Amino acid sequence: MDSLGLMDNLELKRYLVYLHLMNCAKSQPDMAMMAVNTFVKDCEDPNPLIRALAVRTMGCIRVDKITEYLCEPLRKCLKDEDPYVRKTAAVCVAKLHDINAQLVEDQGFLDTLKDLISDSNPMVVANAAAALSEIAESHPSSNLLDLNPQSINKLLTALNECTEWGQIFILDCLANYTPKDDREAQSICERVTPRLSHANSAVVLSAVKVLMKFMEMLSKDLDYYGTLLKKLAPPLVTLLSAEPELQYVALRNINLIVQKRPEILKHEMKVFFVKYNDPIYVKLEKLDIMIRLASQANIAQVLAELKEYATEVDVDFVRKAVRAIGRCAIKVEQSAERCVSTLLDLIQTKVNYVVQEAIVVIKDIFRKYPNKYESVIATLCENLDSLDEPEARAAMIWIVGEYAERIDNADELLESFLEGFHDESTQVQLQLLTAIVKLFLKKPTETQELVQQVLSLATQDSDNPDLRDRGYIYWRLLSTDPVAAKEVVLAEKPLISEETDLIEPTLLDELICYIGTLASVYHKPPSAFVEGGRGVVHKSLPPRTASNESTESPETAPAGAPPGEQPDVIPAQGDLLGDLLNLDLGPPVSGPPLATSSVQMGAVDLLGGGLDSLIGGTNFVAPTTAAAPANLGAPIGSGLSDLFDLTSGVGTLSGSYVAPKAVWLPAMKAKGLEISGTFTRQVASISMDLQLTNKALQVMTDFAIQFNRNSFGLAPAAPLQVHAPLSPNQTVEISLPLSTVGSVMKMEPLNNLQVAVKNNIDVFYFRTLYPLHILFVEDGKMGES
Amino acid sequence: MIHSLFLINCSGDIFLEKHWKSVVSQSVCDYFFEAQEKAADVENVPPVISTPHHYLISIYRDKLFFVSVIQTEVPPLFVIEFLHRVADTFQDYFGECSEAAIKDNVVIVYELLEEMLDNGFPLATESNILKELIKPPTILRSVVNSITGSSNVGDTLPTGQLSNIPWRRAGVKYTNNEAYFDVIEEIDAIIDKSGSTVFAEIQGVIDACIKLSGMPDLSLSFMNPRLLDDVSFHPCIRFKRWESERVLSFIPPDGNFRLISYRVSSQNLVAIPVYVKHSISFKENSSCGRFDITIGPKQNMGKTIEGITVTVHMPKVVLNMNLTPTQGSYTFDPVTKVLTWDVGKITPQKLPSLKGLVNLQSGAPKPEENPSLNIQFKIQQLAISGLKVNRLDMYGEKYKPFKGVKYVTKAGKFQVRT
Repeated sequence: MDSLGLMDNLELKRYLVYLHLMNCAKSQPDMAMMAVNTFVKDCEDPNPLIRALAVRTMGCIRVDKITEYLCEPLRKCLKDEDPYVRKTAAVCVAKLHDINAQLVEDQGFLDTLKDLISDSNPMVVANAAAALSEIAESHPSSNLLDLNPQSINKLLTALNECTEWGQIFILDCLANYTPKDDREAQSICERVTPRLSHANSAVVLSAVKVLMKFMEMLSKDLDYYGTLLKKLAPPLVTLLSAEPELQYVALRNINLIVQKRPEILKHEMKVFFVKYNDPIYVKLEKLDIMIRLASQANIAQVLAELKEYATEVDVDFVRKAVRAIGRCAIKVEQSAERCVSTLLDLIQTKVNYVVQEAIVVIKDIFRKYPNKYESVIATLCENLDSLDEPEARAAMIWIVGEYAERIDNADELLESFLEGFHDESTQVQLQLLTAIVKLFLKKPTETQELVQQVLSLATQDSDNPDLRDRGYIYWRLLSTDPVAAKEVVLAEKPLISEETDLIEPTLLDELICYIGTLASVYHKPPSAFVEGGRGVVHKSLPPRTASNESTESPETAPAGAPPGEQPDVIPAQGDLLGDLLNLDLGPPVSGPPLATSSVQMGAVDLLGGGLDSLIGGTNFVAPTTAAAPANLGAPIGSGLSDLFDLTSGVGTLSGSYVAPKAVWLPAMKAKGLEISGTFTRQVASISMDLQLTNKALQVMTDFAIQFNRNSFGLAPAAPLQVHAPLSPNQTVEISLPLSTVGSVMKMEPLNNLQVAVKNNIDVFYFRTLYPLHILFVEDGKMGES
Repeated sequence: MIHSLFLINCSGDIFLEKHWKSVVSQSVCDYFFEAQEKAADVENVPPVISTPHHYLISIYRDKLFFVSVIQTEVPPLFVIEFLHRVADTFQDYFGECSEAAIKDNVVIVYELLEEMLDNGFPLATESNILKELIKPPTILRSVVNSITGSSNVGDTLPTGQLSNIPWRRAGVKYTNNEAYFDVIEEIDAIIDKSGSTVFAEIQGVIDACIKLSGMPDLSLSFMNPRLLDDVSFHPCIRFKRWESERVLSFIPPDGNFRLISYRVSSQNLVAIPVYVKHSISFKENSSCGRFDITIGPKQNMGKTIEGITVTVHMPKVVLNMNLTPTQGSYTFDPVTKVLTWDVGKITPQKLPSLKGLVNLQSGAPKPEENPSLNIQFKIQQLAISGLKVNRLDMYGEKYKPFKGVKYVTKAGKFQVRT
């Protein structure tokens, strides 16, 4: 630093030395140690820039030994009269925390930092907020950012005056706050909206996060709600004209936003049209959002675009575009015909991957609109030989099997696949097996040989357990009762739902809270991927608590978002019995589980009956393999598992399966009354077994119960009889007989039951799911529904 | 917060690294190189990459990758915005943001990076503040520095950091006080085969060059402010005044900066100033095709359209092109398959056209895709949206400044599908 001799300004010299030291500090921390005394002295310098620089440099020396010398000067600087020093010191706390967290806590710096949130200078507030959030990241449990209306007010004031980066930190802090009612939410929103016009896109997106979160609390009837919706669209669109990297992050977030509130961008379809020189990662995201926004009003435009994309150069993009056409057909019913003809046009191009993709989506279209577009099958069959991808082959085989009766040479087609059976992928093998069984059931006379061939291939020559088990099921079905087999294999399938890849609502709500973060880019909650999974606190949207509670219906109050507006989401594959035998090919299906359950009940009986006869005579390894498919994909807790459970109960004569009692109403929510219960069916009568526990300090009397209208008209057949007053810590068991003659209203899910229980203290509401089997009469048919 | 930064050139050399916290090994970039290999084109490298312990967020600018390493949950846009700001600062300081410029000024680069970020938190990103602290290199200064051995660090303390108008330095003095505004509008459009507009919008910016002494307080008003669909403001603009009166009121930074950017699309029909007639066809089973395009003026508001360039990414099977332009010159790069036609000005009497034959690889099937035409043009003295500045007033200072407004319209992402 000889050069310094040329200058005469002593302060400046010191400034330069610090700049130099800061660089040295990282590479040679021991050398920097020697300067500690100077730092301490300079923290008292009359020039605020020097004081700040001293603090800043000290924080850069990442040596444990130095930290204790740092504490005193840092404490002084945190209380410095100059805001520039305070703001630098705030960051220094975060640096120190990174080196020695315990020390920071012991020295009480965290409290000082919290005080700085209410500082008079906006920059100090912003830096304190930033430092606190960084520290909070490594201490998810600690309640560092304990925000109250006063500190929120400070943050909002600082928001207008601090730098763009400070605004990001403040907005992210605000997003963690839960306003106490809709008025507070609205007033925060009003003060945040100007940030939507900021030139820095990160500020804009953080503001969008705060607004999306707090909007949840606003009533939709409010004028302000509509205004806010309108204000959100233009900045989101503007983000798309920025650099491609920014566009990408923006698009990933817009994808979440259009799922949560499609109304915001419904008129902005055109901005998502793809330019040929967009980077591929932008193209794919735009395409995704286009499908989400597709509606009857704009479908013509969308299809024209998609057709254009299908002739582009990039293979991945073309494939996705073809798939998108299929998704449009399924989503917008009126457009299905046009989509199918577009797909046929594309098949005519004979471009290999386009044809294969088109066949995969046409299969989905057949699932959605059965018996409507069979005329295209001939065209599809022409392309049979060019299919080399498993998914396309499987789709084609499914189509042939499904419509075997209308394809004259279906047997020849399937036979041609059979030749290389063992070289096919599992997906194709399973599909081929099912398709040939379907064919046999439809045209039994000429295909006997074929079906025997495929069954022996599947059961004897294959070492894939899935394939083998499915082969055995078919074999037994066919050998025991071909009529039942027909009912099972050719059962009417539930229609597939319109959207196949919506994010599940609770996850979506959580992700909305993470707009603008990495979580929103990956569409996963941070707990799923943040380093070390340090028990990240789950965020959730604030419940809608209007200041006038009375408008709220009891059932929506506890749930985060009103269930009415949630789109139907498809349960994971395997949740539904309906598609058990077609499990791996069909896209996830939705629809009321009940629609197929009567058939499946038949199947279950049949399997059991068939088994008995098989055990005696044949050499099959009977019970275990037969049970296998039932266990295959039944997650506990779905309505279906009850159906499976039922199968185990069928054999025992005592009646149906009774689930263990579950807590329906925790004591916390009901002023000390805890209710747990279950449903039972005994010899043609349904009852609800309740266990009431008084966990309060006072005696409870005057119990009464009422059900909301539900899908099957379940209603109490007798009043709730609690004979003696329930004293504290006492438990009473009651069996409440039920009838199915109450008024009917379709619920979502179907077996949802909303219950109100009254006692001398208050009225409490809860909801529960009842297993569908309680509605079935013992002979396997469903009771009146 | 931002942990480290690596600068990587197109051939995959890490030529600069900066760590704001502990040092992260260069090997973390291997994940980036992996992604780069997977992406066919440099532009297609995904901007967010996850590795077992870090996240890499990168931008691609001026043939350089700026790869930042982060360890905790940080808003990715924050990082991307910051990286662009770093690139802008290099551009501002060295006139270009290239590997050579960065290597030549490596000391300044490190000083800048140190000042811009403190422990991962942005510190001073305003060019006014940075320039007070670290002087941009000039030929004269580098000569003086090498003789006297002095450094390029400024000779006053950066007092601007202490004020509550952090974007403007104190004590500015000019003999000629000037304020110039450039209204620049770019048309983004997709035109389909038949010539109808699929999508069009105008992206506008107002860039200012302000050389005014003291602390001037400016207000700029428009004839038709309601035209703008969405606006993004420089932090100096008072949002309340815009909300209530649609007037831009601000204390400007010193020097060049972007005052606002705006978008005009939905309510207003966007005028498309040029049309293209095209016929590009490839014959089945023969190794040639025909290429014919003509450009003409459409809604040009009586102004001359100049600086026209047409670029076409031809399909891979195209080997060469034999074309004749009526005007300007063309080049075809047989490696990248990019055809560039430098047209120049349109004179309505004789419309420029480019015709000729396309040679295809023999035996290859005829290409399925039709190439899109990318068109560049420029129209001076016209803001195509019709936006007009009404007046500029200055308060707070006594002198009379020179004022000027310039309009220009350009093609942005202007594509014609064939």
